[in-house]
Amino acid sequence: MKQLIVGLGSCGIAAGGLKIKKTLQDLVLTSNLDVSVSETGCMGMCYCEPMIEIRDESGQRSIYGFVDEKKATEIFESHIIHGAPLTASLIDPDYLSKQQRLVLWRCGAIDPESIADALNMDAYVGLKKALNSLSPTEVIEQVLAAGIKGRGGAGFPTGLKWKFAAGYDAEEKYMICNADEGDPGAFMDRSILEGDPHSVIEGMIIGGYAIGARKGYVYARAEYPIAIRRLKIAIAQAKEHGFLGKNILNSGFDFELTIKEGAGAFVCGEETALIESIEGNRGMPRIRPPFPAERGLFQKPSNINNVETLANIGWIIQKGAAAFADFGTEESNGTKVFALAGKVKKGGLVEIPIGMTIREVVETIGGGTSSGKALKAVQMGGPSGGCIPVELMDTTIDYKSLAETGAIMGSGGMIVMDEDNCMVDIARYFLQFTQSESCGKCTFCKIGTKRMLEILERITEGKGVAGDIEKLEFLSHQIKANSLCGLGQTAPNPVLTTLQYFRHEYNDHIQKKKCTTHQCKTLIRYNIIAENCIGCTVCAKKCPVHAISGKVKEIHHINQETCTKCGICKSVCKFDAVIVE
Amino acid sequence: MCNNCAETSQYWDSFEAILANWNGEDSQLIPILQQLQESYGYLPEDVIERLAKRTGIFASKIIGVATFYSQFRLEPVGKHIIKVCFGTACHVNGAENIADALCHELGIKIGGTTEDKAFTIESVACIGCCSLAPVIMIDDETHGRLTPETARTAIRAFRAKEA
Repeated sequence: MKQLIVGLGSCGIAAGGLKIKKTLQDLVLTSNLDVSVSETGCMGMCYCEPMIEIRDESGQRSIYGFVDEKKATEIFESHIIHGAPLTASLIDPDYLSKQQRLVLWRCGAIDPESIADALNMDAYVGLKKALNSLSPTEVIEQVLAAGIKGRGGAGFPTGLKWKFAAGYDAEEKYMICNADEGDPGAFMDRSILEGDPHSVIEGMIIGGYAIGARKGYVYARAEYPIAIRRLKIAIAQAKEHGFLGKNILNSGFDFELTIKEGAGAFVCGEETALIESIEGNRGMPRIRPPFPAERGLFQKPSNINNVETLANIGWIIQKGAAAFADFGTEESNGTKVFALAGKVKKGGLVEIPIGMTIREVVETIGGGTSSGKALKAVQMGGPSGGCIPVELMDTTIDYKSLAETGAIMGSGGMIVMDEDNCMVDIARYFLQFTQSESCGKCTFCKIGTKRMLEILERITEGKGVAGDIEKLEFLSHQIKANSLCGLGQTAPNPVLTTLQYFRHEYNDHIQKKKCTTHQCKTLIRYNIIAENCIGCTVCAKKCPVHAISGKVKEIHHINQETCTKCGICKSVCKFDAVIVE
Repeated sequence: MCNNCAETSQYWDSFEAILANWNGEDSQLIPILQQLQESYGYLPEDVIERLAKRTGIFASKIIGVATFYSQFRLEPVGKHIIKVCFGTACHVNGAENIADALCHELGIKIGGTTEDKAFTIESVACIGCCSLAPVIMIDDETHGRLTPETARTAIRAFRAKEA
């Protein structure tokens, strides 16, 4: 039987995937053919959502992208009824073939709401092996030997973390999954939870068994309703199948799992702040030590891992540490999932073996910039990370090499920027974010980021003064040295890396009062060149604030006081008469 | 505070239904506030006061928690919420121009509510639909790959559909 599968991750739904599914269901009903319509999570090719996959009897996959209701009907008639694929609309499978899908291997391949689908693709095989044939210590040894490091950003060895938590003797312990993916521009964890929630549940149960915890929490962003809904369904299914609850798989081990919805605070991605939040408090980090492994949630030994880290665990236990170490580099094993976005042609969810270069990801997989303009930088690690300039695109993606550039591996946000992006503006953007998300506990973070933001704002407004750069550097080092948690310790990174690689842009803003990329609105003005303007009136009609005057066939004029610098006039002018300077 | 309906039992019915799940543990505070906001649209002062009395948690702590997390609102909002995504992908693809266009179209600023109480515009850190950037959400409906012009069209179409 042929299968019609619609990608219904958040991106797919946002792009209109539900309508496509309905259209296909109607077509199947009227045609009376023996064809099934189902859904799957994120297929990874977010750039061409909505998507339809057709899987024929032999398992051959054809993937169509940029589908609307009309195209869905055409695809159905041609491919399903007449057996003739619409080759022109098929998506280049190269996007996936250059990746190494280990964490994501069920994502986009199964219906995330069907445990049968997941079980058909080896879900819970690792759990069975762990509970039936390995002791908790042996599980930890496997994870240690695999050499997996925390995928949430900091890169602490997971096995070591488990070993610490296992080392404390307590009646009650907690296993916690950090699904509070707060980095703007990152959606790896959401996609995993939406596309393959069982992989995370399996990792949690194995982790609980290893450290001796019988209760687990998944702390998930409330902004991810679909992920939370699918996780709830998956937890209920896992209970029915005896993977959660009492005496799991007759091993004598009990484990239960609760979802806690976050309420919107970036700092809660920091593990002690997350613990405070689960306890019902303001999410402010605690002083460490004691570390959570000793005294964490409700003062009991606790272990916190990120979603992607946990999604690796089932695979590692099933296939063994050595198989895992086959991927990656000597320094970092395995794969890493990235959310490739920004000004990139083919953005989406990308999983690569650690050790690939940034250039391979952005150009070979991502297809280069979406604008066709020159690549300028890639921002990695979000507000804690940094901007890596185009000269360093051959840097390999591993924890050490990225740290040497001043950026970090981070949780997986990878934002591509082209020559039109202003790096001072990017630094201001991230500082604005961290400043508003600073919890206020440490003075240097609370006040220091505020002062840094003020300086960056005045630079982007053309009011920068000599000495501003030095002040930014001074404050950066103070904040890094005197903040309790990762938020403050890394908040200056976007400023420091842009200062390191794009200092001339800061100087242009401060000394020449110029933004060469024309992004900083206070420093630019739109004008009409008399020679090119034929008086077609299009710009005047399109200007939302009526800032353009001029009669038909007469030269038009922009009133600078009313102009909001939205740039619509420039984009609609067919005669290159509008310039920005 | 809803002065008009504060005395009616209906106003407190949902409060009682939500409080019925209270098990006396502080760790339930955030989920309870989330349910109250879901029901009332925001966290009215009288609701917070009653919550403090009934649970024994100080009102100052409840307000502390409610003001810490961006999800909670202490003021009523419009019937429809427009969320403008300011994630990094949206930022580099011109989120600010989208926000400017929407604010201009509705005559309000980010965080503001239109006079007819139909729309509130909020900024959000990241919706997570980065490949469709720039993105906005009107209630639960996501609109992606926007330009300032198509953002205006989306609002106008939404209004026309509502009318």
